[in-house]
Amino acid sequence: MALIGFGLIAFFVLVAIFAPLIAPYGPTDRPGADVITPTNIPGPSAEYWFGLDELGHDEFSRVVFGARQSLLVGVVALLLGMAGGLLLGVLAGAFGGKVDGVIMRIVDVMLSIPGLLMAIAIAALLGRSLLSVMIAIAVINIPIFARLLRGQMLAQRESDYVLAATSLGVRRRSIILGHVLPNSMSPVIVQATLTLATAIIEAAGLSFLGLGSPDPRVPEWGLMLANTQRYLASAPHLAFFPGMAIVLAALGFTLLGERLREALDPKYRR
Amino acid sequence: MPAAGHLLDVRDLSVVFTRKGRRDVRAVDGVSFTVDAGETMGLVGESGSGKSVTSLAVMGLLPKRGVRVGGEVHFDGDDLLTLPPERMRDIRGQDIAMVFQDPMSSLNPVVPIGIQVTEVLERHQDMKGEAARKAAAELLDRVGVPDPNRRLKEYPHQLSGGMRQRALIAMALACRPRVLIADEPTTALDVTIQAQILELLKELVRDSGAALVLITHDLGIVAGLCDGVHVMYSGKIVESALRHTLFAEPRHPYTGGLLGSVPRLDAPRGAALHPIPGSPADLRPWSQGCAFAPRCANRVDPCMQETPALETSPDRALRCYNPLRADEEVPA
Repeated sequence: MALIGFGLIAFFVLVAIFAPLIAPYGPTDRPGADVITPTNIPGPSAEYWFGLDELGHDEFSRVVFGARQSLLVGVVALLLGMAGGLLLGVLAGAFGGKVDGVIMRIVDVMLSIPGLLMAIAIAALLGRSLLSVMIAIAVINIPIFARLLRGQMLAQRESDYVLAATSLGVRRRSIILGHVLPNSMSPVIVQATLTLATAIIEAAGLSFLGLGSPDPRVPEWGLMLANTQRYLASAPHLAFFPGMAIVLAALGFTLLGERLREALDPKYRR
Repeated sequence: MPAAGHLLDVRDLSVVFTRKGRRDVRAVDGVSFTVDAGETMGLVGESGSGKSVTSLAVMGLLPKRGVRVGGEVHFDGDDLLTLPPERMRDIRGQDIAMVFQDPMSSLNPVVPIGIQVTEVLERHQDMKGEAARKAAAELLDRVGVPDPNRRLKEYPHQLSGGMRQRALIAMALACRPRVLIADEPTTALDVTIQAQILELLKELVRDSGAALVLITHDLGIVAGLCDGVHVMYSGKIVESALRHTLFAEPRHPYTGGLLGSVPRLDAPRGAALHPIPGSPADLRPWSQGCAFAPRCANRVDPCMQETPALETSPDRALRCYNPLRADEEVPA
């Protein structure tokens, strides 16, 4: 299963990197501009593999270029969210006491708001752009990483090797950064992989709701889905291919994440 | 003022664990002992007798919350219990170091051995980079780790239990501490390795002139290594003497019981072992008489009423109302 996940991820990454070589047309080229009418949107054919969309773009080229947008949004959102979460988590886990109390209450408040609702609010507040989608998704992931890392660090602080290092006079900072933190990272890595999957879905969701790029020509899977709503009955292929791409990309990261969890998380071992 | 001459002088040390809504637990209760340079002192007792807590208290490694530490620990003119934490961190590893029981969990699993050894050197000896690495290799070599340069790059899981304990001993000895506390250093190792590690400790202590506090439940180890022995039961020292005296003539029934429960090679095959009846789970607080009384064959009436005091005679200290007599057989 992990191989399938890894294969899917590798596939999408390669597609994203080599998009201009793979796609027969540019994402905003309209090779079928003359062919399409509101009632005639041709489906898959030998010339246009995934068919044409309502503006005459080549759907295949747009799905291919969409891989760039989705992976970029997913990765940037994840990195931002993870950075924020890890910072809070390290502070809480390292200092404990009052610092821990304050940070964890903030985290609790953030967690008490449904994720997608908060993301919508943030994205709406920041205005329509891909960047605000990234920031919105990052923010809802901050408390998840903060809580995860803090719990791990508190557990690791009680371990024998920390006591042993303390008994040798190693400074607190070295113990936290050199011993506790590296031992607390494996569940974070797992969570990061799984979060990539949800980030891609959430990014598509926010774009679908109209909070992503205001430019309808941007090849983004969620946006493509949103644009096809009116043509769902006459041109179902326009929903099928971007939808499939979202599912497969999310599936890839989920499968890999689950396997990583089995490998790294002692609770799943044996 | 600390008495001059003793390197480590522990006086009336007590450790009480407190928890809201529960009765306080006196894990260590008025323990006093001294150790001098070049001397090996054994602290003996079964699980739960307070040996490890004593060592953690001396090192200042007990958590601050929920623990009350009393008494004095004199080292080098300072009372370690009143030193500010920053000073104490300087002393730990530099002047007093510790080796723990379980070499499997006492090394950081995700950091190479080399970094863990050099970390101590960098912390206390101002060594850096190549110099620290060289010193670490020498240390590993000294504690009998073959091919130290390769081992430095390896992770703890790539080393056997004995090798890991050697690495931990190397870390503890990195700054040539004057006191080494070894808390059951061989319990997690198999017998042949145990002997090697003990031999190593003995040698290192002899060469460096450090004082060794050896915490163990194994009287065999004490017999092979220690000069003086303190036997602890339920947080109090019940008998202290030089090794020869103690083994030749145990006076406290608990010491006698410990000695009697050691399997002997010269006993006939199939002869029964002689365990001490009961378990430390039946602990009585010392405030209501002798804590060992419920398990004691020599029990007399006062044992259940009054706490025996530690009586000092020229060759030993003893806390018992009805000790074993010199000519008495160890109770079977």
